[in-house]
Amino acid sequence: MKGEASPAVELIKVSKSFDAVQAVRELSLTIRQGELLTLLGPSGCGKTTLLNMLAGFEVPSAGSIVIGGRDVTAVPPYRRNTGMVFQNYALFPHMNVFDNVAFGLRMRKMAKFEMARAVGHALEMVKLEGLASRRIRQLSGGQQQRVALARAIVIEPKVLLLDEPLSALDRNLRGAMQVELRELHERTGLTTLFVTHDQEEALGLSDRIVVMSRGEIQQVATPLELYRLPANGFVASFIGEINRLPPARCRTEGNDVVFEIAGGIVLRARKRNQPTIGAGQETHLFVRPEHLTLVEGDRPAPNRVSCRVTAHLYQGAYTLTRVDAGPLGNLQLRVLGGEVIAAAPIGSQIKISIDLDKAVILAG
Amino acid sequence: MNAWLATRLSAGLFWSAVALILGYMTIPALVVLMTSVSPSELLEFPPSGFSLRWYERALTYPDFQGAFVNGLIVTAFASSLSLLIGSAFAYLVERYTFGGRVALEAILASPLIVPHFTTGFGFLLLGANLRIGQSYAVVVATHVLLTLPFVTRSVYVSLRNLDPALERAATNLGASPLQVLRRVTLPLLLPGMAGGWLVAAMLSLTEFTASLYVTAQRTQTLPVAMYTYVREYTDPTIAAISALLITFTTILMLIANRYLGLRRILAIDAH
Repeated sequence: MKGEASPAVELIKVSKSFDAVQAVRELSLTIRQGELLTLLGPSGCGKTTLLNMLAGFEVPSAGSIVIGGRDVTAVPPYRRNTGMVFQNYALFPHMNVFDNVAFGLRMRKMAKFEMARAVGHALEMVKLEGLASRRIRQLSGGQQQRVALARAIVIEPKVLLLDEPLSALDRNLRGAMQVELRELHERTGLTTLFVTHDQEEALGLSDRIVVMSRGEIQQVATPLELYRLPANGFVASFIGEINRLPPARCRTEGNDVVFEIAGGIVLRARKRNQPTIGAGQETHLFVRPEHLTLVEGDRPAPNRVSCRVTAHLYQGAYTLTRVDAGPLGNLQLRVLGGEVIAAAPIGSQIKISIDLDKAVILAG
Repeated sequence: MNAWLATRLSAGLFWSAVALILGYMTIPALVVLMTSVSPSELLEFPPSGFSLRWYERALTYPDFQGAFVNGLIVTAFASSLSLLIGSAFAYLVERYTFGGRVALEAILASPLIVPHFTTGFGFLLLGANLRIGQSYAVVVATHVLLTLPFVTRSVYVSLRNLDPALERAATNLGASPLQVLRRVTLPLLLPGMAGGWLVAAMLSLTEFTASLYVTAQRTQTLPVAMYTYVREYTDPTIAAISALLITFTTILMLIANRYLGLRRILAIDAH
């Protein structure tokens, strides 16, 4: 497989403590050549510390960092050849666009004509050709973002580090910038580490996602795997919306797995290849809102449950409907369109079907 | 209608208050300015006519000429030295945590507490003891000390306002610590440093109390020469030279405002 021969970046049992706080614990991670890897986690999970250690702004308390086959743990930040895009862009206000982008090349003592060509090419890549002589203050937020990107890619870094680069943009621009970031990544082929707390960004942009919490890796997977098969409860509830059902005892019955939940509720799923779950074990069931459906009338449906509607959150393309399902607790359904608001008013009794074949089942 | 009246009244009150404060602040300078154009041999207010003869005398009086040049020399050296020392201090205090940091900050603010009289007197005694008497060196040393808190504060504020991400960005792009200082930190501190220098220059040009002690005839600055003049003569020359000094300092202020933004310089008082 591509990349497995020589990883772009290797973190080997890296730890970092600030006084009494351990920000990163014995973390090991490999970034493949040319991939776009996202560090995703809530604030304070250690993702920014990890990024700063890669750039060299923080020194690990233990462990080592290898970039492009060279151990850089003790190498100062200005000799690491990483290209960083900062959250607030950190463009030099006393220089124009050209000088900002050329800064890294000047530090590398590149010849004038070569520099002009490289800067021109980088500005073309981020679609800012013709703005080279603009002052930074004259640029919009989106344009500043592009200058910051051009400044980082022009030095052809071993790894491109993006520190929540979209968080300062307004919502509309963010979507467009996501697409452009992805395109830019395809064109440059640069190994990229993207840090964000926004799961939508992570799911939309990444080749692989690293979910972090409390200084540790929870799961490393492709966006699809992560959404369908979260490794634990934290990942399940951090990525997308999910309903957590009360703990259940499970046993097998022919081709089915039967889950018994306190309050006399019995749910069934088809048996599947899940070695972690054995008979009699306590399990946790996680169900996405889109896998709960309204059942009309007495139509037969698997895992029918009665419940009472408590709220509707209209989202345009769909509605999030909240229900009180008795022993199953409060659940959230995702219903297409907005007709449900009139069809099942708040306070009314309805029947829902829980599709456990797509549920996430974790051993207790 | 009532609401309209109330708005008009409160607006009237507001502008009256502004006018009152403005008048109060400028009255002494206005009185001196008016007196300076009086044709009379004696200091009189209000003036009985208009004449520029005292300006001619002020500009040609040898003691004033000498003192003005002295003042410029002292100011040039004092504010430059003050800038150098103050910048270093500000950098130290802002960037490093070390024992005695609080004490250092207190010492830096001390010229605001110790009367100029005491500072001047102290330097006079010290100068005599070191047998350098009332030389330029002693005058400059006094002025450096008096202007240091203002310069330090100005550079300190600029350092505080400097986004640390900018220095990190430069480092990330391959700039060594020295290159970061030369290409990013210093250029961005320049307005604050220039502002600090100008404030120091204005303070030094008009400083009187301490200068009275540490200067001799040979090294006296303009305010000291003016004081000596008032003790001997009572004609409006003194008003004319005051007006000239005010004008000169105002021009400095205007330059500062034009190129650096007055707000930035005045921010030296803001914590």
